[in-house]
Amino acid sequence: MSTFEPHGVPIPGIEPETLSGWLVVIEGTDGVGRTSHIDRLRTRLERLGYAVAETGLSRSDLASRGIRRAKQGNTLGSNAFNLFYATDFADRLERQIIPALRAGFVMLTDRYTYSLIARAIVRGADPEWIKTVYAVAPKPDAVYYLRIEVSDLVPRVLSQGGFDYWESGMDLPMGEDLYESFIEYQGRVIRELDQLAGEYDFEVLDATRPVDSLADDLALRVSRMLEARARSTEGPVLAP
Amino acid sequence: MSHSAYGTLARQYPGRLFIVEGIDGSGKSTQLTLLAEWLRGLGYPVVFSEWNSSPVVKATTSRGKRRKLLTPLTFSLIHATDFSDRVEREIVPSLKAGAIVLADRYVYTAFARDVVRGLDPGWVRSLYRFAPVPSRAFYFRVPLEVALRRILSARPKLKWYEAGMDLGLHSSAAESYRIFQSRILVEYEKLVGEYGLAVMDATKAVEIQQSAMRAAIRPHLTSLRKEAKSLEHV
Repeated sequence: MSTFEPHGVPIPGIEPETLSGWLVVIEGTDGVGRTSHIDRLRTRLERLGYAVAETGLSRSDLASRGIRRAKQGNTLGSNAFNLFYATDFADRLERQIIPALRAGFVMLTDRYTYSLIARAIVRGADPEWIKTVYAVAPKPDAVYYLRIEVSDLVPRVLSQGGFDYWESGMDLPMGEDLYESFIEYQGRVIRELDQLAGEYDFEVLDATRPVDSLADDLALRVSRMLEARARSTEGPVLAP
Repeated sequence: MSHSAYGTLARQYPGRLFIVEGIDGSGKSTQLTLLAEWLRGLGYPVVFSEWNSSPVVKATTSRGKRRKLLTPLTFSLIHATDFSDRVEREIVPSLKAGAIVLADRYVYTAFARDVVRGLDPGWVRSLYRFAPVPSRAFYFRVPLEVALRRILSARPKLKWYEAGMDLGLHSSAAESYRIFQSRILVEYEKLVGEYGLAVMDATKAVEIQQSAMRAAIRPHLTSLRKEAKSLEHV
């Protein structure tokens, strides 16, 4: 069987050494608070003088419409759905992430290949296969995993407007109703993310902590990482 | 790197899968149509599956092509998505039901094109691990000039990706097409040995090719169920 280093497969036309920015990934399941933490993190990093760009899942120019249509009718097989998401990811990778990294930005990514891999595995994809599909993705400088248990997730989701069909895995389906399916589905997604956290060296943060303290912790970790992995430090910046 | 990855996630089914491959103008579609007629005449249930035809994915592919949004990577993945949808909804169910599935182009088209576009050969093969392996795969070998003459005389307007214009090989579409097709030929020749494709001499007369194809397929038909007779014959 053919196996690949994670993140090891080259993409035509992209030389990794020309990517001077930083790829920062925030991972975590649905409703864990990624969006608000990314907003805060962006502000903090901009105050430190970093140029920041953002991207998230299913926002590609090429495939997002097609995916939305396919979801409405629930008309694609599960492998095809996985590959459609991979297409969408690849489009964002090449059109948003890579250009921002070339331009020296901090690319804040609201979930990366890992959530896509976890969702695919929960929907029955062969784990080695789906990891190989995403082996074209560049390795992030760091992955911060906002970790939560399903029991702590439920009250948050209720306060945010209730259970979403897809976030509850109702296409599978995993229980008699949205609530049961949500518990089962999200539980499985979290277990897969936990597994990937070890495999791909995520930094794990407890997402049940108070928001302010978690935001401080995250900002500190990210700014230290950016300093430690600083680019092009040689020579004066301002001509004498 | 092992290339046996393709097919490792697929199972065995009661039906049969025959596929044709070759560059544009090799005459493979004509041969497949004639084969279908023959098989139907013998009473077998026959299902056709064409490359790039999944209704749900097609809109995205067309949009990507029309607006030139596709890179080698997304070109590869959207075609794998399309193919995967057809495998799950068309090819596998038909094979399970005991039908003969005839595919005009199969994974080898992707193996050839995507690699010419610069993607890693092992990675492309792994993408298609879910694809059932054909009972018999035919490769229609044709000299480049013969294929080009057939295509360029019939179809004056070449499409952007079809001509490989995305690779920046040449500013003229016809010239780019020529270079692109010649590179695809090289990849196909590698696949012949790697996957044991049955090579057809596509310069021979249509009926001679067809009888060779039928002879090659006949041994695969033993113990395959024919269609139920209509009620009045029962």
